[in-house]
Amino acid sequence: MSETPSSTSSGQEWPLWEVFVRSRRGLAHTHAGSLHAPDAELALRNARDLYTRRGEGVSLWVVPSAAITASSPDEKDPFFEPSADKPYRHPTFYEIPEGVKHL
Amino acid sequence: MATAAPQQTARPDGTAGFQAAFDAAVAADERIEPRDWMPDAYRATLVRQIAQHAHSEIIGMQPEANWITRAPSLRRKAILMAKVQDEAGHGLYLYSAAETLGTGRDELLDKLHSGRQKYSSIFNYPTLTWADVGAIGWLVDGAAITNQVPLCRCSYGPYARAMVRICKEESFHQRQGYELLLALSRGTEAQHAMAQDAVDRWWWPSLMMFGPPDDESAHSAQSMEWKIKRHSNDELRQRFVDICVPQAESLGLTLPDPELRWNEERGQHDFGPIDWTEFKQVLKGNGPCNEQRITQRRRAHDEGAWVREAAAAHAAKHSKATTEEGRAA
Ligand SMILES: [Fe+2]
Ligand SMILES: [Fe+2]
Repeated sequence: MSETPSSTSSGQEWPLWEVFVRSRRGLAHTHAGSLHAPDAELALRNARDLYTRRGEGVSLWVVPSAAITASSPDEKDPFFEPSADKPYRHPTFYEIPEGVKHL
Repeated sequence: MATAAPQQTARPDGTAGFQAAFDAAVAADERIEPRDWMPDAYRATLVRQIAQHAHSEIIGMQPEANWITRAPSLRRKAILMAKVQDEAGHGLYLYSAAETLGTGRDELLDKLHSGRQKYSSIFNYPTLTWADVGAIGWLVDGAAITNQVPLCRCSYGPYARAMVRICKEESFHQRQGYELLLALSRGTEAQHAMAQDAVDRWWWPSLMMFGPPDDESAHSAQSMEWKIKRHSNDELRQRFVDICVPQAESLGLTLPDPELRWNEERGQHDFGPIDWTEFKQVLKGNGPCNEQRITQRRRAHDEGAWVREAAAAHAAKHSKATTEEGRAA
């Protein structure tokens, strides 16, 4: 999602990974945090040790942080605006006579 | 907790609009997220505070790890290892949070190792007996919890989220310490005395963990305004004292303060003066273990260098092989 963190004494900093945890079967993976690891395999192992020490997860995803493209916070308003003026996308927009069931 | 490029503010319209949006978000109790514009001083304050917090978690592993090989039972040993491992995890959550502000992990570690960033002065005290492990869990983790619970509502999103995770894990730390002390307190006379001695030594340094008194606290007012901090140092210290007094009674141990008594009028405990000279000395590097802690930290880092390098080399080689395979296919 970003620049690589500014460089360092060793110049060997491991890349950053974002960690997503599925807490139970049937639920989606949720972002839990991030960590450094040299490769995907070790990122998974580190993620297990760091984010699932108490049975918080049944499945893990790790994604290189640099691979994430994010919407810009500065454009937040115009970017999401198209949804703001369409109340007819919500069920509460519609008036239904009282007594009509299962609708 | 993704990293983010610090948003620089060379905008045609200047920063006034951004400042107003930031102020409004803080006022509305919304969270500031990594890619949002934020004042440079807010960013710098957060980096300093989160880094210091992360360093404290990492250095804090040492005094307790000192007792892992000498834990009196397998049960206690497993518990202590789990706790120390948690503290490592807390450090990592917090380093990640600091990195979202644009400061790299290696830079943070460099600053710890060179003494340019601090860690909590409490970890410069030695753990002389097994009872110290109990006193640390009860008092040091207890003080940390009192400090940290309000941080779960800190205005900076990644820091607040890290704190939520940490607070969930801290309560086990405090309870295991309390249980350990209780076992000693109810044990033989010598065990009881050992528990009392540990509490006597850790009580005052624990009260110092809340930082200098409000009228001398350099950054407090601004941090409160930014909603990084929600309560003053003295407020939290008082809260902690009031919580501990009845807990000490249940332990059958006393707190080493002759002036400690219930004040009916205030509805809180009065307590004796804190020796801030000692606090400043320890902060300056003259505590009993400052030298040892940082030397040990540097050594661990240096001795681990070959592992980091080997893993990086392995990853580079592997990714090269994969790329070539991809090309051949
Ligand atoms: Fe911790
Ligand atoms: Fe802890």
